[in-house]
Amino acid sequence: MTPGRVRFVLAIALVLLLEGLCRFGVITRFSMIPPSEIVWHLGKILGTAQMWPAILKTLGNVVAACVSSIIVGVLAGALIHRWQALRETLDPLFAAYYAIPVYAFYPLFIVIFGLGDFPQILIGFMLGLVAVVVNTLNGLDRVPRVLLKTARIHRLGPVATARKIALPYAAPYVFTGIKLAVAYSFIGVIGAELIMSRTGLGYEIGYAYNNFDNAVMYPLIVFVLAVAATVNTLFFLWEKKMLARRRK
Amino acid sequence: MKLARAAILIACLLAGWQLLFWFAGSSALTSPADTVAFTLQLVSSPSFYPHLAETAKAFAVALGIAISCGILVGFSLGLYRFAGEVAEPVLVALYSIPKITLYPIVLLAFGIGMPAKIAFGAIHGIIPVAIFALGAVRNLNPVYLKAARVMRMGPSRIATRVLLPAAIPEIFTGIRIGFSLTLIGTLLGEMFASQRGLGFLLIQAIGLHNIRLIMALTLLLVVIAVTASAALLAIDRRLRRHMFGS
Repeated sequence: MTPGRVRFVLAIALVLLLEGLCRFGVITRFSMIPPSEIVWHLGKILGTAQMWPAILKTLGNVVAACVSSIIVGVLAGALIHRWQALRETLDPLFAAYYAIPVYAFYPLFIVIFGLGDFPQILIGFMLGLVAVVVNTLNGLDRVPRVLLKTARIHRLGPVATARKIALPYAAPYVFTGIKLAVAYSFIGVIGAELIMSRTGLGYEIGYAYNNFDNAVMYPLIVFVLAVAATVNTLFFLWEKKMLARRRK
Repeated sequence: MKLARAAILIACLLAGWQLLFWFAGSSALTSPADTVAFTLQLVSSPSFYPHLAETAKAFAVALGIAISCGILVGFSLGLYRFAGEVAEPVLVALYSIPKITLYPIVLLAFGIGMPAKIAFGAIHGIIPVAIFALGAVRNLNPVYLKAARVMRMGPSRIATRVLLPAAIPEIFTGIRIGFSLTLIGTLLGEMFASQRGLGFLLIQAIGLHNIRLIMALTLLLVVIAVTASAALLAIDRRLRRHMFGS
């Protein structure tokens, strides 16, 4: 059997085990509802209009955080790469950045910007940004000298060189950063919503938890995890395809 | 030279903070000087210690669990090749999903209080440790394992006598990343359904709109996290130099 098939069989077995444990009362309904009911309730929730504003709002914020962190991250990376002194000054910040609990800034952002969408997008943006910058720098470091010399012979300006030669060459490395930015924007936005917000999927999960409403909480958790895992997998497959094309 | 650059960076960040303060005003945030003063006052006040101790205890236990279980999982998956191939994509997927959505389930399973915080911190930290330990065993020179088999060592002795010493630099990188994720997990755990700890103080300060306390706690957490991470990074680099030459 291939590893993929074993994974599939194990996943099915785990779901069946949970189903059995829930049905026979080993896990009480107060703690968890059976997987089959989770799927059934999820279908019901997605079939009615009630939850869609929250879903669309969360996904919209995730996309906003992700796109902004990628655009700003690549531009900042290209800029910092040209300016060695700036880069050496920022290096300690990059090294320590992911040790900082970014959520700790969320209360501050709420105080400054109010309890709207912006603080949540900002948390997702901050989580993703440095991953994109660091990976862009890493990619630009690897552009062969000869390509840059060719650019000089063709009298390309710095912007044209970055756009036509350096960034395309660095694309696989930049993509590693983009993949992280995608995952981090989900984590940032939904985490912020759970900590404090008025709408969104994170808010709805917290609300259902506070009301012991497992018939809403579990389906929504499964939905969030499924969407995040699907998006991450799609990017992973896209990257694999890109790398395979490059090797030819 | 390195210290000078770090000093310049810190000076720039402080200047940016001060400018933001002038721009946004004292109703939104406190000035750097004010925040440092209040932080020192907070740290020296006796009522703060139970919270700090609670977080430190939860974090220490969570980190211990994350490191030991992470190494155990990583080593087992690394030694049994097929199991590793089955489990690695799962580990990577778990790393990138928003684990915070699982927190209500953790609360239902462990109840409100210390065990839930520890569990949530450990969940965050265990995955990077396991991924790096797995990678370390995979990249190990196969001669080491063959030699161990020739000497008829059992799995536990292989783990302690061969794998651990040989894979220490990579495992340490995993621990460094696991350290910060465990800290985030523990703090997040304290933000919901908790009565004590720094995370609880932070969420309470939002409710009371206590900007000075929010700023002081954020500063304190950032300083602790950055200091710890710098120390771990220095050890990490030294281990790598020691193992692989310069």
